[in-house]
Parts: sequence; C-alpha cells; structure tokens
Amino acid sequence: MNGGIEITELTALLALASIALFVVGLKRLSKVRTSRTGNALMASGMLVAVVITLVEIGLVDYRWIVTGLVIGGGLGVLIVVRARATQMPEIVARFNGFGGAASALVALSLFWLEVVEAPGEATAATVLGGTAAVTLVLSVLIGATTLSGSILAELKLRGTLEASQRIPMRTVLMGLAALGGAAMGFVATFGVEDPGTAAGLIIGLAAASLLVGLILVLPIGGADMPVVISLLNSLSGLAAAATGFALNNHLLIIAGTVVGAAGLILTQIMCVAMNRSLINVIAGGYGEGGDVEHGEYGTVISTDPESAAMVLEAAQSVIIVPGYGLAAARAQNAAHDLAQALIDRGASVRFAIHPVAGRMPGHMNVVLAEAEVPYELLSEMDEINPEFSQTDVAIVVGANDVVNPAAKEQPDSPIGGMPILDVEQARRVFVIKRSLSPGYAGIKNDLFERENTVMLYGDAKEMLTELANELEAVR
Amino acid sequence: MMGPLLVSIYVFVLAGFLGFELITKVPPTLHTPLMSGANAMSGITIIGALTLVTVASPSVSVVIGVAALILATINVVGGFLVTDRMLATFGGRR
Repeated sequence: MNGGIEITELTALLALASIALFVVGLKRLSKVRTSRTGNALMASGMLVAVVITLVEIGLVDYRWIVTGLVIGGGLGVLIVVRARATQMPEIVARFNGFGGAASALVALSLFWLEVVEAPGEATAATVLGGTAAVTLVLSVLIGATTLSGSILAELKLRGTLEASQRIPMRTVLMGLAALGGAAMGFVATFGVEDPGTAAGLIIGLAAASLLVGLILVLPIGGADMPVVISLLNSLSGLAAAATGFALNNHLLIIAGTVVGAAGLILTQIMCVAMNRSLINVIAGGYGEGGDVEHGEYGTVISTDPESAAMVLEAAQSVIIVPGYGLAAARAQNAAHDLAQALIDRGASVRFAIHPVAGRMPGHMNVVLAEAEVPYELLSEMDEINPEFSQTDVAIVVGANDVVNPAAKEQPDSPIGGMPILDVEQARRVFVIKRSLSPGYAGIKNDLFERENTVMLYGDAKEMLTELANELEAVR
Repeated sequence: MMGPLLVSIYVFVLAGFLGFELITKVPPTLHTPLMSGANAMSGITIIGALTLVTVASPSVSVVIGVAALILATINVVGGFLVTDRMLATFGGRR
C-alpha cells in the first residue's frame, strides 16, 4: 500500500508542474518576443497532465483511451493542416466549441455512469454529493451553450450565415431557456430517483443550453465575432472548471478557472480596442445590414490601374491599409510585391494595421507575415495615425468600416466613436474594392465620396498585381 | 482542517485571481494567438474524459466519454498546433 501512496504524491507534485507550465506559458504567450515558446510550454503542460492522469488511472482497458486519443489527435492535425491562413479565426471558433462540448459530455458521461447505469435507484446528489450534482448541471449548461454559440460564430465568420437576426424578447427568452434548463438539471440531480426520468431531464437541460447559445449569438453582428469567441472561450474554461468540481479534480479546476479569468480579461481588452463595452456587444444589433440606412453615394471617382500607377510613381511615401478583403482575395503576396516595387523606387512604405481589421484582432499580421512582409513595415493604429497627413498616397485594400470617417464625424452612426485609421488625411487615397457595397457595419462609407479618394474597382489580388507590374514596367 | 469542498473553493478562487492578474497588456497582434492558446488550454477537460473511458464494455457512459475524449483531443492537439502556426509566421522576428 505504501507504494500506492507514494505514486499519488508524485502525481500530485507533477500536477503542480503542469500548472506551472500553463501559467508561465500563458504569460509568455502574451508577449511578442516569447509567444512561441509560451505556446510550447503550455502544450508540454498539457502533455504532463495527460501522462499523470494515465498513471493515476493505472492498469485498465486502454482500447477506448487509445481510440479517442488517436482519432482526436488525427482530426486535430488534419483540421489545422488543411486550413488556409484566412480561415484561422473560424478554426479557433470551432475548436472552442469542441472544448465546451467535451466538458459537457464529460459531465453527461459521469451522470450516466454513476446514476443512470448504476444498480439501484438514488439521486445524483446522494451518489455523487451535492457539489458534484450542482457543478455537473453547470458544466452541461455552460459547455452546451459554448458549443452552439461557437458553431454559430464560425458560420458567421465564414459568411455562411449572413445577416444577424433580431430575436424579439431576447433577454427574456434567453433567461427562460437558461433557468428552465437549470431547473430541469437540478430536478434530475436532486429530486428524481428513477434513472429514466432523470436521464430525460438531463437531455432537456442539454437541449435548453444549446438554445441559450443560439439566442446569445444569433443577433450579434459578424464584426463582433472576435469578442464573442473570446467570451465563449472564457466560458469553455469555466465549463472545464465546473467539470473539475464534479470530478473533484484540482488540476481541472485550476486550469479551467485560469482560462475562464484570463479569457474574460482578454475579452475586455478586445472590447477596449474596439471602443465598445461588453454589454454593448452582447446587446447585438451592431453590424446589422437590415435596419441601418445604407445611404446613396454622391459623386464617386474611379480610375484604372495605369493612371493609379502614374500617381504611385511620383509618391515619396505610401501607406497600405489592409482589411478583410485582402485576406479573402488571398492578396497578401501581391501586396508584398507592390510594397517591394515601391521601395525599389525609393518610396517609404508602411502597412497600417487597425486593431480589428479582418475578422479577428491580429488577423492582418498573420496574413501579411505569411507573405513575408517584414515585421518592421507594420504599424499599429495609434502609431501611424499622425503620419497620414504627411503621406502622399494611402492605398486601402479591402478595408471598409475601419477607414470610415463617419466614426469620427457622426456620433450617432452605428460605428460612431470607434477609433479608425485617418486615411482621409492622406494627399491621395486609392480604395481597391469590388464595389461600393457596405462593410460589416452595413453603412455607407463617406471616405469613398471624398475629393482625394479614387476607387479602383476589382479583385484585390489582380489589382495589386497590375499596379506592381505597371510600376516595374516604367522603371 | 478544511473539508475537500472548501479546498476546492480555495483553489477555484485563487486560480481566478491568478488568471485575472496573468493577462495585463497584450499587443493587438497577439489577441488571436493568445485566445487560441487559452482555448487549447481549456481542452484540459481531456483528463476528465480519460478517467471515464477505462472499461471495455461500450455502455452509454463510455460512448459519451469517448465522444468527449475525441473532441477534447481535437481541441488540445489542433489548438496548440494552430497557435504555433500563427506564431511561426511572425514570432521571433523582433
């Protein structure tokens, strides 16, 4: 028996090592210089956690463990390998949903094992204890909400689900679904001894929780999805923590709670970057094409790549402003080539990165880095905004709402108050865009009507390539 | 002496403080990778799933447990990989 106790103590110590790896890793992940090693530390912390769990389980039938790990690991690698750089945000949303679902399923599996399949009739509270009974319900509630919310978020990011739908009496409905689900869960774990009835009620809880996730995310516009995913990420951490309470596993509680708390802070930081409050984001409606008046465009000047290239030839300073359109058209390499052509001609070139350009913060950095645009050329909003007034040409590539002066000039505009890139102050602005269609906020962009703005209608990749070719031709 | 529940509550509250203090200033560049890495970490529920699939007979609880294990493993393996893939493109350049 002595040996058994020693192994328990050893695994408990190793669990502490796992937590240390998580904490140090997460800290390093939040700094540019150390981020990659931080991620590796967290991954090794996870490996340690899995290994000590396997040691603690001891000699058992391994077939399901191996099956699960092999299938899950294979699918995980496959999903990442097959994803394109532009799809990263969607992938994060999907994995997030899987994490929440896993926590809910662990709680369900525990319930089935200890209550439904157990001999004799007793409530979950009797068999597992009151704490486990409560946290089991919370785990299913939060985990299932995370799953349906994340699936919806992925569909919105992908554009499969276009507009955001308004739900009448949304708060009331959501409250009813959550409370109704929780009530069913608590009756199932505390009040019912018949396994069949209890199982039915728990399934009702899961269904109601899925509904909560749908009601939560459905009315929120696509532009706010990053914040929503970050919030759902925080929730999936809490679901893991609740599962930890139900299983009485401290490692699960700690790791889950750290993710829950850190995720909440990150959500807050992202809201600040967009100049919005979390309540405002959750309330939804922003980024809705439907209700907002699009507005008609007055005089909009457009030109062709040849004439635009002539202006670029003379430019001393150029700022390129990428947006989601650049990522969607996979034009990052073309943008790199144009920047190189301009630099070869002696012009200074910078890329201006808006904090929420693209579908997720940092999205543009990922995409441009893939095309090997040097890190030094990328400038963040606060750093580059004062420089637009001394810039010859600003080239907006597939960005819309983040360069709309209405954010500064019309406080009651849907994007009123959002910090934007001051491109309109550049001497000349070229906007590469397919058409005058509105961006995520669904509103007209005053920038397109400015005297110094010239539209270049077309595919971002083709247009950038043509501009670069024109510049090379006149060398 | 504290009962097990009380210990768990201590652990929960302190871990919460730790998480709140851990993340302070994050450059926008790292918002997505940080979210992605934290998301992979929430796959810690994998260790819960492991403890529930230790018998051979495919009962309902085991089937649910295996589903949980597969999803959690995808979350962990895919999550850390996708984070690394994002960071590889711009990490270490500064």
